Amino acid sequence: MASITIRDVTKSYAKMQVVHGVSLDFASGEFVVILGPSGCGKSTLLRMIAGLEDISGGTIAIDGTVVNKLEPRERGCAMVFQNYALYPHMSVSQNIGYSLKVSGVPAAERKQRIQAVARTLELEHLLDRKPMALSGGQRQRVAMGRAMIREPKVFLFDEPLSNLDAKLRVQMRSEIRKLHRRLAATSVFVTHDQVEAMTLADRLVVMNGGRVEQVGTPAEVYSRPASRFVATFVGAPAMNMLEGTVTLDGLSLLGDSRKLNVSRAGLPVGTKVAVGIRPESVRLVAAGTPGALEATVDLVEELGAGRVIYVDLDGAPFSVVTSETVHPVPGSTVGLQFAETDLHFFSSETGSRLDVFKASVREPAL
Amino acid sequence: MVERTPFLNFFTHVILFAGFVFCIAPFVIVTIAASHNLKDVNDVPMSLLPGNDFWVNIKTAWVTANLGPKLLNSFIMATGVAAGKVIISALTAFSIVYFRYPGRTFIFWLIFVTLMLPLEVRIVPTYAVVANVLEPFQTIMDLTGLSWLVEKVSGVHVALNLGMLNSYPGLILPLIATATGTFLYRQFFLTVPDELTEAARMDGAGPLRFFIDILLPLSRNNMAALGTIMFLWAWNQYLWPLLITTDQSHATAVTELKQLIPNVGGAPEWHIAMAGTLIIMLPPLVVVVLMQRWFVRGLIATEK
Amino acid sequence: MEKRVTFSRWTIGILFAVPQLLLIFTFFYWPAGQAVYWSLTLQQPWGGGNIWVGLDNFRSILSNADYWNSISASLIFAGISTGLAMFIALVLAALTDRQLAGSRFYRVVLIWPYGIAAPALALAFRFILAPEAGFMAVVNQVWPGFWDPGLDGADAMASIIVAFSWKYVGYNFIFFLAAFQAIPRSLIEAAAMDGSGVIRRFWDIQFPLITPTIFFLLVINITESFQDSFGIVDIMTSGGPANATNLMVYKIYSDGFKGLDYSGAAAQSIILMLLIIVLTIFQFRFIERRVHYR
Repeated sequence: MASITIRDVTKSYAKMQVVHGVSLDFASGEFVVILGPSGCGKSTLLRMIAGLEDISGGTIAIDGTVVNKLEPRERGCAMVFQNYALYPHMSVSQNIGYSLKVSGVPAAERKQRIQAVARTLELEHLLDRKPMALSGGQRQRVAMGRAMIREPKVFLFDEPLSNLDAKLRVQMRSEIRKLHRRLAATSVFVTHDQVEAMTLADRLVVMNGGRVEQVGTPAEVYSRPASRFVATFVGAPAMNMLEGTVTLDGLSLLGDSRKLNVSRAGLPVGTKVAVGIRPESVRLVAAGTPGALEATVDLVEELGAGRVIYVDLDGAPFSVVTSETVHPVPGSTVGLQFAETDLHFFSSETGSRLDVFKASVREPAL
Repeated sequence: MVERTPFLNFFTHVILFAGFVFCIAPFVIVTIAASHNLKDVNDVPMSLLPGNDFWVNIKTAWVTANLGPKLLNSFIMATGVAAGKVIISALTAFSIVYFRYPGRTFIFWLIFVTLMLPLEVRIVPTYAVVANVLEPFQTIMDLTGLSWLVEKVSGVHVALNLGMLNSYPGLILPLIATATGTFLYRQFFLTVPDELTEAARMDGAGPLRFFIDILLPLSRNNMAALGTIMFLWAWNQYLWPLLITTDQSHATAVTELKQLIPNVGGAPEWHIAMAGTLIIMLPPLVVVVLMQRWFVRGLIATEK
Repeated sequence: MEKRVTFSRWTIGILFAVPQLLLIFTFFYWPAGQAVYWSLTLQQPWGGGNIWVGLDNFRSILSNADYWNSISASLIFAGISTGLAMFIALVLAALTDRQLAGSRFYRVVLIWPYGIAAPALALAFRFILAPEAGFMAVVNQVWPGFWDPGLDGADAMASIIVAFSWKYVGYNFIFFLAAFQAIPRSLIEAAAMDGSGVIRRFWDIQFPLITPTIFFLLVINITESFQDSFGIVDIMTSGGPANATNLMVYKIYSDGFKGLDYSGAAAQSIILMLLIIVLTIFQFRFIERRVHYR
């Protein structure tokens, strides 16, 4: 168990800077998920913690010890790789036990510890097989076993579930969670899959473009996204975003075609903002309902439990998730209704969250 | 695929069969000729029915050309070259793929250039070097004044001399001094996933451990392919052994072929010559047949 | 291409390259340098070192009719044997790639000749093509004096060409077949769906896709015809009759080791090296293009 302290860490390659001054604190025993699109620097950050990449600037400390100059093996971290990185010529038990062999643990003790790990992961019957002869899920378990056997202070996961099929992924997710509860080692898990992130994380770090956008519990990140990027990246289907301008009496949307009645709260007239509404916060009502925005139905996607309705709001795409048994016909007109507390406001300029408006929906101007 | 091409199929079979005959005929003729006696082998046309003297001729060829020790020499040379290549190339490729050091690109090109000039075209000076392997170092020491310095200080006159004519190292080492295998390994190492290296590092393995525990076992196929191809190549060498084995004790089987050519004016002992040829061509043929997979693979991989 | 992951202690890294570097320095760079040095100097008859003569050695070689004769013999040999070996191999590989019954058998057998040492097959062919015994003797019985590689330069050249081509058909076959098999089956199937027949498909799809291999083999065959021909020439003709088969490498060998003219042999080596370097550079240009192709 160990805490991790990251201070102003940067990473640059010859021409490009990929991580711009990241500072984070991970508590001992915490399960942290770093979420972001590919190329956001999340894997680089993880690999810097592991010691697989040099740190260009700033410091990383594990349990208060700065590890910048330490080799991977000296840091007490174990890592599970995206493609498992099992040694193809070694049997499962050799794979799991390799790190012990390198550090000179006697064969008898090694065997015993391999057995113990195999029992935990239900791999006992596979110990003599080669990785080639294993299924995806089994390989995944071997990779976990290889990390576990060293009883590391820190577990690092680099998108370990992305090579599994959907069903296995769900299963492995819960197994990782259970394992963490049992071992209680600090874990850092990198993924681009937001469902994975939401379900696994004690705390979520959202990254974009080499910067941290938001740190918080999954619920916080979902309900109060700190930026426009987080708002659209977390949640599926993505949060609807409508461009607007602050006017004398509130807000005009979509190039003046729709109006919202909100207080200006000190923002100068003419400020550009983005208004976000989660598709699951929108209610579908009959066209012409007072206070509802009117839109044309484009496409209805059946999900079984509910449906996603894609509508056209004067040219802007907009989606609604509903579990009600409504089946609007493409081409028909529907009304959209939402509570003003469900609206999120972001600065068009910086993308950061603005908590200044109290909004209520006004009747459409058209 | 459903395709009705009876004529084309017919011609395909005819031409392939002709190709087969073209490939196999020399082997067959050599074998048959090796079974005739002196008179029958010189009959025009020679009978294509095997004669009765096969084992007699084989024995005569074996004894006249003293093939036993020659085949052993060939075997030692071929094995030495194959093993040397497999090991040295692996080391070099590991160095240029897995490390970043100043001058690495330069070393890469230094090795790469050796692909261009086969031994045959630099045969004369290579011969001179093998006559005294330390000559390059002596020359460098002389030119830099190092030998003068040593003589002044210690009173020892520096005269490095290590002749390798008529020796196994002399046969083997110059044949290893090219880049063929290095690039085969390099290509392979580049396909080894980076994650494997990272996993090994996380497991605490340093470069040497990684090389021995992970990289070499993974390279088994490449080693087999390279070993096969180098064994054949070395076995079939002619000019080089011919030059540096002036003394019979280190002559190889292939260089012995010349002794088997019937003398002008003497009895045209083609049956003995063919029996000898058969013995000498057999080992590489056996290797090709048994190691076909590695042979083809090695051939294609080493040339790229 | 470069590795993302490397080891940081590079001093160890250099150590791994040392054996190879020592070898190529001693047996490659030093001799290559020596060849240049010798080609520009002349050895004193009774010792006393070498005297600098500039390009004189080259001048004397290039003004020697024997040398030009050797070059033209080498080019004729290279041209015809390469053409023959490649054409036959291409046809056989294309037909084997059709995968009719028996193709697996041909795949195995057709590569055997390449395993044989050049001097060994040369001796076999020397017998097969001998004018008084063997098989050409039959022809000589019908037309006396038609064939005699010992006296007729053209016959001698034909003999070494046959021997060399026989070996390299096997070699080229391996590469052509690999190239054909690297063409995705779906491409052939797509062309078949487009209504293209077997022969049409060969010219429209397969042949264009293997052109890189053709260029590659062209260069390899030519370079090999310079090197691997030595054993064939030495066993079959010894460069004769009347220098008709005195190919370049053979001439270097006989001038250098029989005539003991190191300077002349070195100058010839340099010219041959240049020729091969030019060919190799030409080949790399095509390899670049080949990468482009995929």
